[in-house]
Amino acid sequence: MSNGTLYDKVWDRHTVTTLPNGQDQLFIGLHLIHEVTSPQAFGMLRERDIDVAFPDRTFATTDHIVPTTPEGRERPLKDDQAENMLSALEQNTEEAGITFYGLDTNKQGITHVVAPELGLSQPGMTVACGDSHTATHGAFGSIGVGIGTTQIRDVLATGCIAADKQKVRRVEVTGELGDGVYAKDVILKIIQDLGVGGGVGHVYEYGGEAIKSLDMEGRLAVCNMSIEGGARAGYINPDETTYEYLKGREFAPEGDAWDEHVEYWESIRSDEDAEYDDVVEVDADGIAPMVSWGINPGQVIEVTDPVPTPEEVPKQDREAAQKAYDHMDVEPGESMQGYGVDVAFLGTCTNGRVSDFREAAKVLEGRSVDDDVWALAVPGSETVRAECEKAGIDEVFREAGFEWRQAGCSMCLAMNDDKLGAGEVCASSSNRNFIGRQGDKAGRTVLMSPAMVAAAAVEGEVVDVREVLN
Amino acid sequence: MAGVPQIRRIAGTGVPIRGDDIDTDQILPARFMKEVTFDNMGEYAFYDARRDENGVINDHPLNTYTGANIAVVNRNFGCGSSREHAPQGLMRWGMEGIVGESFAEIFRDNCKSLGVPAMTADAETVDRLQTFIEENPEAGIELDVREKTITFDGEVVDAEIDHAMREALLEGTWDTTAVMRSNMDRVRDVANSLPYVEDR
Ligand code: SF4
Repeated sequence: MSNGTLYDKVWDRHTVTTLPNGQDQLFIGLHLIHEVTSPQAFGMLRERDIDVAFPDRTFATTDHIVPTTPEGRERPLKDDQAENMLSALEQNTEEAGITFYGLDTNKQGITHVVAPELGLSQPGMTVACGDSHTATHGAFGSIGVGIGTTQIRDVLATGCIAADKQKVRRVEVTGELGDGVYAKDVILKIIQDLGVGGGVGHVYEYGGEAIKSLDMEGRLAVCNMSIEGGARAGYINPDETTYEYLKGREFAPEGDAWDEHVEYWESIRSDEDAEYDDVVEVDADGIAPMVSWGINPGQVIEVTDPVPTPEEVPKQDREAAQKAYDHMDVEPGESMQGYGVDVAFLGTCTNGRVSDFREAAKVLEGRSVDDDVWALAVPGSETVRAECEKAGIDEVFREAGFEWRQAGCSMCLAMNDDKLGAGEVCASSSNRNFIGRQGDKAGRTVLMSPAMVAAAAVEGEVVDVREVLN
Repeated sequence: MAGVPQIRRIAGTGVPIRGDDIDTDQILPARFMKEVTFDNMGEYAFYDARRDENGVINDHPLNTYTGANIAVVNRNFGCGSSREHAPQGLMRWGMEGIVGESFAEIFRDNCKSLGVPAMTADAETVDRLQTFIEENPEAGIELDVREKTITFDGEVVDAEIDHAMREALLEGTWDTTAVMRSNMDRVRDVANSLPYVEDR
C-alpha cells in the first residue's frame, strides 16, 4: 500500500468518512460541468428538491456539442438536440448560481483547457468532471477523476463522491527530449510501454527528468492521457514550474493568501521516502516523434520504426492488432511515413493550448497545406484563440491554408458538424483513435503531436517533423 | 441512516415480460437518450415493443397489466449498453421490483442505485410465476428481500438476490446521495479545513 505520496495526502485531507459500503466519502474541491453529462443530474436534484451544495466550487462551460464557426454559434443552434443541451445548462447554472462560461463570454472552451488557464485547477485539490479526461488537472498536483451521471448528482447534492482509493504507481520517465519531440510523444511512449490497460486500478504519479523539464502545458498533455493508459487519474508533484504558471491567473490566490497556499502545496508533495505500490521506468531519451498505427492509443510507434508484425505483438494483443491492420489498411513491417492524410486536425483538451499552436506554426511558417488536405485548427478555448491571435499565430495558420475556428471539442468526437468522412485519414492531435470516434466509422485516425499534424498537413502524408524542419 | 428508505418487501401485482436476452435497447430505445432529464423515461419504457407497426398501442404486457409494480422476466434481462435510462424507465413506469432468471451485471447495479430489488429464481419457478400472473392478473404477489423469498398462489418459494444489493436495500444505503447528505456537517468541516475553500 502506498504511503506518503501526494495521492495519499490529498485523499486524506479530503476524506469525510468511510461509508457503510466500505467506500470513502471524498470531498470534491473543484467540480467542472459541461452540457452533455450534467442535465440528467440536475433533473434528479430537482425531483428531490435538493439545492446544489457548493455552487461556488462548481464551474461550467460548453464544449462537446458547440459549433466552431461564428455562423454555427448563432442561437438557437441548428441542431435541436445541441440547443436543448446548451439551454438546459444555461438554465441549470443560472438557477443554482454556478458560474458558466458560455458562448457569449470570451472564456468559453473545453473544460480541461479553461479551468487550468483561469487558475481554477490548483495543487492539492480534488477535481471531478463528467468526462474521462479529468486527470488533466493532475498536472498541477491535484487528483482529477472522471465521473458518471449518478456521481455528478452526488457532487452537486453533497460536494462529494463515494470512491475507492486506488493503488499508486510511480512512472519514472528518464532522458532528454530532442528537438521536434514533445510531451505528447512522451505520454504516447508511456502508453506504448505500459499498455492501454496497464493503469487499471492505479493512479499514475509521473516523475523523472523528462517530466520535470516539461512546462505546464506539456504536463497537462501528459496527465490528460492517463485514462488512455487505463489509469483513472494521473498527477505530477507541484514545483516552481507549477507556481510560476499559476501566479497572477484569475482564480489564483494573491498576497498573503498566495504564501499560505504555497505552504499547503509544498506540504502535499510526495515525500522523499514515499512508498508506492510499484515503480516503473520509461526511457524517453532521444525518442523520435510518436504516431499511432492502429485503433487504440497503445498501438503507437516511433515514426522511425516499422508497424509491428503479429509476431512482435504480445499474444493477447494479436487479435486487436489484426483488427487494426485491417481498419487502418497498414502493412506490418512497413513504415507509417508516407501514409496518406486527408484531414489535419489540431486542437482538443490534449493539445489545444497556445504552445501547441505555436509549435505547429513554426512548421507552417512559409509553407502551405497540401491541396488535398482539409486542415482544421480549433483552439481549446476562446482565451487560447485570443492569445494566438494577439501573437499573430492565427495568421500563420490561415496563410498556410488552415481553417482557424472557435473553441470546442470539435472533431475529437464529432458531436458537432466537424466530422471525419468515410475512408478519410485524419492526422490528429487528439487522444483517441477508436473506430468511429472522429465521425464516420470508416474514418481513420493517426494520433501525433501538433507539430507532426502541421507537418502531415503540409506534406499530405505522415512524415517525421524533424525532417521538415531541417 | 437518515433519508434513505430501507427496502425489505415489495408487495403488489405482477407483469410477466417473457423472453431471454431482452436488451437495454428494447427496454429503452436509444433515441430517447437524447433527452436532458430522466423525467419522461417512464413513457419510453418498451416504447417500440408496446406499439404495432402503425404506432398503435398493442397488447404488450406493460399495456395490459396496468398498475403492476413487479416485473417478472427471464434470462439475461437488461443486457447491452450501460445506460441508466433503462432501469430509470422501468422504475418511472411503476416497477418497484423485478424477478428474473438472471440479469446483466450493469443493469443490476443500476437497479441497486435506484433502490429497485432485482431478485433471481430458477427457470421453473419464474415460469410458474409468469403463468400464475397470466391466469390471475389481479392476485397479490410479494418479494421479500430479507427472507429471500417470493410469495404467490398461497406458497412461499426461495429466491436469490445479490449480496451487496440485499445489504444496501435492507440497511437503506443504496442511495449514495442521501447517505452522503446525512454527513453534511462533516463535509463542511472538511471543506473549511482546506486552504483553498473560502470559509462559509
Ligand atoms: S476534447 Fe475530446 S477528449 Fe477532450 S473533453 Fe472534448 S471530447 Fe473529451
